Amino acid sequence: MTTTTGRPAGRAKGPPREPAKGRAGSKGPAKGRSGGAGRQLRAGPVTYAVLVLFTAGSLFPLVWTAVTASRDNARLARTPPPFRFGDRLLTNLGTAWGEAHMGLALFNTVLVAGAVALGTVLFSTTAGFAFAKLRFRFRNVLLLTTVGTMMVPPQLSVVPLFMVVAELRWTNELQSVVLPTLVSAFGVFFMRQYLVEALPTELIEAARVDGASSLRVLWHVVFPVARPAMAVLGMLSFVQAWNDFFWPIIALTQENPTVQVALTGLGRGYVPDQAVIMAGALLGTLPLLLAFTLFGRQIVGGIMQGAVKG
Amino acid sequence: MTAATEAVGDRPAPPPEDLDRPRRGGPRPWRSRLYRWDVRFSPYAFVAPFFLFFSAFGVFPLLYTGWASLHRVELYAPDQLEWVGLHNYARLLGDDFFWNALRNTFTIGVLSTVPQLLMALGLAHLLHYRLRAASFWRVALLTPYATSVAAATLVFVLLYGRDYGMVNWALGAVGVGPVDWQSSAWSSQIAVSSIVIWRWTGYNALIYLAAMQAVPDELYESAALDGASRAQQFRYVTVPALRPTILFTVIVSTIGATQLFGEPLLFGGAGGQKGGASHQFQTLGLYLYEQGWFNFHLGRASAVAWTMFLILLLIGAVNLLIARGLRKTR
Repeated sequence: MTTTTGRPAGRAKGPPREPAKGRAGSKGPAKGRSGGAGRQLRAGPVTYAVLVLFTAGSLFPLVWTAVTASRDNARLARTPPPFRFGDRLLTNLGTAWGEAHMGLALFNTVLVAGAVALGTVLFSTTAGFAFAKLRFRFRNVLLLTTVGTMMVPPQLSVVPLFMVVAELRWTNELQSVVLPTLVSAFGVFFMRQYLVEALPTELIEAARVDGASSLRVLWHVVFPVARPAMAVLGMLSFVQAWNDFFWPIIALTQENPTVQVALTGLGRGYVPDQAVIMAGALLGTLPLLLAFTLFGRQIVGGIMQGAVKG
Repeated sequence: MTAATEAVGDRPAPPPEDLDRPRRGGPRPWRSRLYRWDVRFSPYAFVAPFFLFFSAFGVFPLLYTGWASLHRVELYAPDQLEWVGLHNYARLLGDDFFWNALRNTFTIGVLSTVPQLLMALGLAHLLHYRLRAASFWRVALLTPYATSVAAATLVFVLLYGRDYGMVNWALGAVGVGPVDWQSSAWSSQIAVSSIVIWRWTGYNALIYLAAMQAVPDELYESAALDGASRAQQFRYVTVPALRPTILFTVIVSTIGATQLFGEPLLFGGAGGQKGGASHQFQTLGLYLYEQGWFNFHLGRASAVAWTMFLILLLIGAVNLLIARGLRKTR
């Protein structure tokens, strides 16, 4: 994994690639009109049309979730399907909130996702800082282990985790969902890549000469520099924890669910009313959509940054 | 280690500058020793919390799953392990439903990954133009990523409904008869794939866009000077420059496809772990879940998990070979 992930960053700084240029030159016969540089090209109407189409496709299922959540169940069993909003949105939301435990689920999920985001950001920043700027024995081996296991799927750990949770009688308790996802190998790698470039080593040395302890260096030098990356990592971890699916549906039940567990209960016939199911789906999605409208730019920036760096 | 200690915490050894030494003589050695300890051991303290959790919830379960796969373990007595050697694996290879799940995972993987990455590449190309409201498009295309598997699948189940679903209504409007999306292998797998495609296309488009922005402009300029059209620039400048990124997204999507679980589970409704009445869209992830939590065989579920792991290692090895091949042709 290291080779592929490391390369985009290297390429960004590297010299232009000759083969591509050569091939373009030999294949492309000289034409009258010039294409211009890719970056500067202004988008034409066709581009906008295609983008509108895809955007509509991206947003339509969400809008339609809201539409169906605002109708009654009988209306959903008729053709053509409804396109306009009905007047039962609040009623259905209320039913989903109570009957399907969506209220409790939302509360639980905020707790879980908040704790996971906090833990991931804190531990990833300290470990990422150590890997980026400090020297210690086994540093490379440990970093390699971290990166190497980044892609191990959650399926590989559910059976032992389930045994441990059963042994500790944590089934249905939130800590059984929080603790296994409290740290992330991706997070450590992400913070390391950021700090290697963003944190000047002289800054740490200067603080050291002034007699600052490691904790002071962490607090007064590392954290301020790392703050943008920490924010991005926090948002990404929050989204991921909010949407985490496989382990929570094994560890938790409908008695004490997260949002995804409650939605799974809805989808598997816990409540037969389609409109209420959609109201539940809406409730479980709205908080993240709200966060996306507020911090969309930052999240997009974070994902793109992570793509080039990690 | 050495550089760090040399640069900073050391005793005030040279005498000429050390005029005030007698006054601070008392606390100084103790503090400087403390200081050196701090410099020396703090890196370990910084990585310790991560590795503590990581070993407990990442490495240990991974290995223990392998151990459990060699035992008979039942769901209601998960602490009792009875050694059975490779029996679980033998059972697996003799089970038609395992091979069915493997096939389904593969076909759904291809059906979801290929169109998704091609569309993402095209979208990234469009997003790379100078656009009005550039960040609006990016955020809008990313919203499916913010939607959870569960919420997305619930809407798509309704959209793909046999009698009143919008997809069949739209098909009917152009004269195509209603499709019972759940019942046949192809239609159900296409439907499940479309959920994956919907959720991940925008995300991958942003990854490609980031890589495109890192391509130096001079490459396009010189290609344009050589008379390359916009399509040719895309084909001969953009795509080659993006090759490592494309490989990366292929790997990530393949890994995601191997683990596919939530979409088919909820698409199947009440008996979702079966992946349809005749297991027509049961994936390996669902098969594992069914073995462990519906047939109560945790040992066999572990064997499925390790089989998945071996498949992923195989994919990783192929990836390494391709990456090496790419580097050679460079």
